[in-house]
Amino acid sequence: MASTDITSDRKRPDGTAGPVDAKPDDLAGLEAGLDALDAVQIRRTPVREVLLRKVLPPAVAVALVLIVWELLVRAQVTEVYKLPPPSAVWDSAQDMWLKGTLLEVVWTSVSRGLLGFLLAVAIGTPLGLLVARVKLVRAAIGPILSGLQSLPSVAWVAPAVIWLGLNDQMMYAVILLGAVPSIANGLVSGVDQVPPLFLRAGRTLGATGIRGTWHIVLPAALPGYLAGLKQGWAFSWRSLMAAEIIASSPELGLGLGQLLENGRSNFDMPGVFLSILLILFVGIAIDLLIFSPLERWVLRSRGLLVKN
Amino acid sequence: MATTTLTKAEDRTTVEHAARLSHVSKSFAGPTGQQLVLDDITLDVAPGEFVTLLGASGCGKSTLLNLVAGLDRPSAGSIETPGGRPALMFQEHALFPWLTAGKNIELALRLRGVPKAERRTEAERLLELVRLGGAYGKRVHELSGGMRQRVAMARALAQDSQLLLMDEPFAALDAITRDVLHDELTRIWRETNASVLFVTHNVREAVRLAQRVVLLSSRPGRIAREWTVDIEQPRRIEDTAVAELSVEITEELRGEIRRHGQH
Repeated sequence: MASTDITSDRKRPDGTAGPVDAKPDDLAGLEAGLDALDAVQIRRTPVREVLLRKVLPPAVAVALVLIVWELLVRAQVTEVYKLPPPSAVWDSAQDMWLKGTLLEVVWTSVSRGLLGFLLAVAIGTPLGLLVARVKLVRAAIGPILSGLQSLPSVAWVAPAVIWLGLNDQMMYAVILLGAVPSIANGLVSGVDQVPPLFLRAGRTLGATGIRGTWHIVLPAALPGYLAGLKQGWAFSWRSLMAAEIIASSPELGLGLGQLLENGRSNFDMPGVFLSILLILFVGIAIDLLIFSPLERWVLRSRGLLVKN
Repeated sequence: MATTTLTKAEDRTTVEHAARLSHVSKSFAGPTGQQLVLDDITLDVAPGEFVTLLGASGCGKSTLLNLVAGLDRPSAGSIETPGGRPALMFQEHALFPWLTAGKNIELALRLRGVPKAERRTEAERLLELVRLGGAYGKRVHELSGGMRQRVAMARALAQDSQLLLMDEPFAALDAITRDVLHDELTRIWRETNASVLFVTHNVREAVRLAQRVVLLSSRPGRIAREWTVDIEQPRRIEDTAVAELSVEITEELRGEIRRHGQH
């Protein structure tokens, strides 16, 4: 071991060996003791506690909503064709399931949404990086990019239909216009929040230019970027639903938005409710299955997730 | 492995200085025009020498280190570091939280151009050197303050630079840990044969560590006085000789500070 050859010359000149220099391995032992005393203990939450604290409360909340809904129907606050009971919505879902169309409709929308989202990531990421790193580009399009975030993507449906016609391209165009600004802005704010110390440390290690961007800036900006992606997905999904509701056409295939629109035109309230619930369900499911675990993993591995 | 380190150590003795600062001045644009922060600093750090820069607030210690590190340029004068880009350690550990302790060191190796196959072994050797052999896979937040600074030291050593710049690296640590890290740094300095330029405002720390203590005056920073520390290593911060020299330097430092209250 390295420690033995170094400590061999640690004898004091005057021969009065102090307590620390008495034995060659004392410094190593002292250090090991300090490390053991100071080491940070990382505790994993047991599954039971997760179920009790994270799963139970939302389950109870959903159950309460269903109960109130059922009570409202029974109290006949309004006509049944305006407010169908939960059981009618369930029947409608079961009916679609038996016909085999339920998953098909959901998949039509989800696949469009995810593909559009991935395209938005592919465009929004380099755009965000450019805005964050190049001053002139930021001055030129930074404010427009932030402004675009507050523009409802429904506004794009009309021009998109006129330019591209009633087809999938038009759907993707609407998704991109809705999601790209969020993703780019997320990356910009992620880059802006990179502690200057990391940049200095990176520069002294020789990470400058592209290497600095790749090794330091991008990983340091990841939490902000992920927040942008999460919002970008929400915007993609919303934009897609807006596009599907407004621009329904038989050639487009039946998605959740068209299902909702069909329900409305047929006065089929259980169908309308079912569509709304499915749209909500997909949004929540993608967030819970993809973004939340990703975000938690990134934050936890950096020690940024505070536990109580 | 051993032979390469040996030849490098020999190379180091052939260069006559690890850093040479000649008439270095630095001014920044302030609210009242140009403000002189460093004034005519001339300083040589010999290969393998341990020099501490000591001074009160406003002496431009950190500015000086930034200049030597190449993070900023002097307004006048020249700085030579023949051994290439110096390594720099900060008061904050500045480890990247998205990487493990080992990967932080490997990044430094990678940026230095060490081939992939050798990085892991070299990173583990460096962790062993700072006595953190088991910490390779540890995340930064799982390490204590003292351990983080030791990983930061290993990362700085991974640059294999002839000159190690340290900007108050132990200032944020508790006294016990700081004391242990003083021993550690002395040991590593002797083992690696590197030159160290160590900035601090702690007089005893300066005397405990250095072969030469350079006192800077404040606003603007000028070299006020120099002491050669002849006390034999290993030293302890409690040693009488360390205390005696510290008292002398502190008197001088206080004199420098008092001058600023007089007008």
